[in-house]
Amino acid sequence: MYTDNKEPEVRLMKGNEALAEAAFRAGMQAYFGYPITPQSEILEYLSAEAPKYPNVVILQAESELAAINMVYGAAGAGARVMTTSSSPGISLMQEGISYMAAAQLPALIVNVQRGGPGLGTIQPAQGDYFQAVKGGGHGDYHLIVLAPASVQEMVDFVFDAFRLAEKYRNPAMILTDGALGQMMEKVKLPPYGSLPKTDAPWATVGKPKWRERNIITSLFIQPEKMEEVNLILQDKYQKLQKEVRWEELNTKDADIVLVAFGLTARICEKTMELARESGLKVGLFRPITLYPYPTDALKNLSNHVEAFLTVEMNAGQMVEDVRLSVEGRKSVYFYGRTGGIIPTPEEILKQVELVAETHEIER
Amino acid sequence: MKNAKIDGMEIVYKKPSTLTDTPMHYCPGCSHGVVHKILMEVVEELGIQEDVIGIAPVGCAVFAYDYMNIDMQEAAHGRAPAVATGIKRVLPNKYVFTYQGDGDLAAIGTGEIIHAANRGENILVVFINNGTYGMTGGQMAPTTISGMKTTTTPYGRDISVTGHPLKITELIAQLPGAYYVSRHAVYNTSTIRKLKKAIEASFNYQKLNKGTCFIEVVSNCPSGWRMSPVESNKWLVEHMLPFYPLGDIKVPND
Repeated sequence: MYTDNKEPEVRLMKGNEALAEAAFRAGMQAYFGYPITPQSEILEYLSAEAPKYPNVVILQAESELAAINMVYGAAGAGARVMTTSSSPGISLMQEGISYMAAAQLPALIVNVQRGGPGLGTIQPAQGDYFQAVKGGGHGDYHLIVLAPASVQEMVDFVFDAFRLAEKYRNPAMILTDGALGQMMEKVKLPPYGSLPKTDAPWATVGKPKWRERNIITSLFIQPEKMEEVNLILQDKYQKLQKEVRWEELNTKDADIVLVAFGLTARICEKTMELARESGLKVGLFRPITLYPYPTDALKNLSNHVEAFLTVEMNAGQMVEDVRLSVEGRKSVYFYGRTGGIIPTPEEILKQVELVAETHEIER
Repeated sequence: MKNAKIDGMEIVYKKPSTLTDTPMHYCPGCSHGVVHKILMEVVEELGIQEDVIGIAPVGCAVFAYDYMNIDMQEAAHGRAPAVATGIKRVLPNKYVFTYQGDGDLAAIGTGEIIHAANRGENILVVFINNGTYGMTGGQMAPTTISGMKTTTTPYGRDISVTGHPLKITELIAQLPGAYYVSRHAVYNTSTIRKLKKAIEASFNYQKLNKGTCFIEVVSNCPSGWRMSPVESNKWLVEHMLPFYPLGDIKVPND
């Protein structure tokens, strides 16, 4: 264990492995998962490092269905718990995730996205935005969704996701992709034990004489009670709005703003540089939390920006939230690649130039 | 129930303190109430109320947590053994049990129970087998016996179409992780007493980390079977028990 070292440690790591290492350092008490490409390194890394952490449960489940329900049980028993998977596996988990949202159980679910629909491809994609942000399972609920754009953020967001999940008693998701999972970068790893565990007086740990029994359930069969629970959830989602995070680059003087999250935001950063070199005033807006979504920040930008270009590795999902934020004040364009194809900065630049032409924006 | 003493009378029987005062929603003559009571009597007698966590299924026992005065979780349909695994792995010194019906355990949750038992999770599984989906109105279950009428086999179960009744308990007994596997019933006092002993033994085995204890209770469902409680118990003895014979299927050999 790394308990003596209180300074961040610098290492060159794969995104998946960095995330796994971060989970140990964030005080994860249990992990349940099932192998699926392109995230199997997480379970492999955790299994290899497990002997250093004898009190941490690392268990390979028989399916994603079982894994998410093990997460439900462990979270309900008050443990800091994580599962990871990739798109088809996350689809299998949706029932359990809905139950966890309803039972208000904190946990971290990581989706290292691959291309879909169906069995799809094992190459990176962002086609699960709707599923992650709008609910995914049945009923009115939201996850807290964080979208890393670097291996460093694969580390940092593990801490943020556990903290937010416990603060709001809500499942949190890190929505990343196969490229970020597989790429290697230099990372600063926070020291072990730097994230205090939030008390869970509601957890089922055995009923002492002095308190009423604790019950973890998502069943509220009386309509009035069910609505009351829904109102509690909605109230929580309102409170969550203050946790919104985003990043803006060169947006102050921008005529065109690229809107992108995760890996695509990194590619768009290069596009922005290329555009600036050619004399086009292009900025970048990167939502970091996908739920809550930085609606107000985008709306404010629409006051002085000429047009928005949303770029995603899907057929157009987050662009709907950009349009909802901009409320028709300015044009919102979309460029996407699917099937596991990663767009290049140059092909995005061509789209920027088209937008510039359409709006007669001068260099 | 208060322990008030009435003049000239003595309390010879009372419900365990581990059951709440909530009136049960179960139909008259249903086995669930009896099994709940037996289970909670054992928890009281072993003095483990503070250390036990139960998992309710989807099915008629979905509200088990309204009646059992212990910490409980309500699982998704069939997933109770996975939920139990999650709880037991992070709280290995606590007692954990699931309470599941035949649809929950032997149909939609087949994968979870097989793998939990195969891992030898140190949990107790109480499996109520009444051969029907009681909560949804009496449809065919994986354990519905051949020829048995249900709302989805109104002419009797035809095994050439719907397959065979699943003897999941015998299947579980084959797994090395299963430590104690036993089939019981609660249609008379003698069977009730035997069940109670089996549950008590299972909690004791769990304390010793012996592996999965699996107890089937062959039960009636008067409403689902469209019978009076007395008729249903008679039918159970005449038709269910020949196919699901009572007794130990796997006993500890250490």
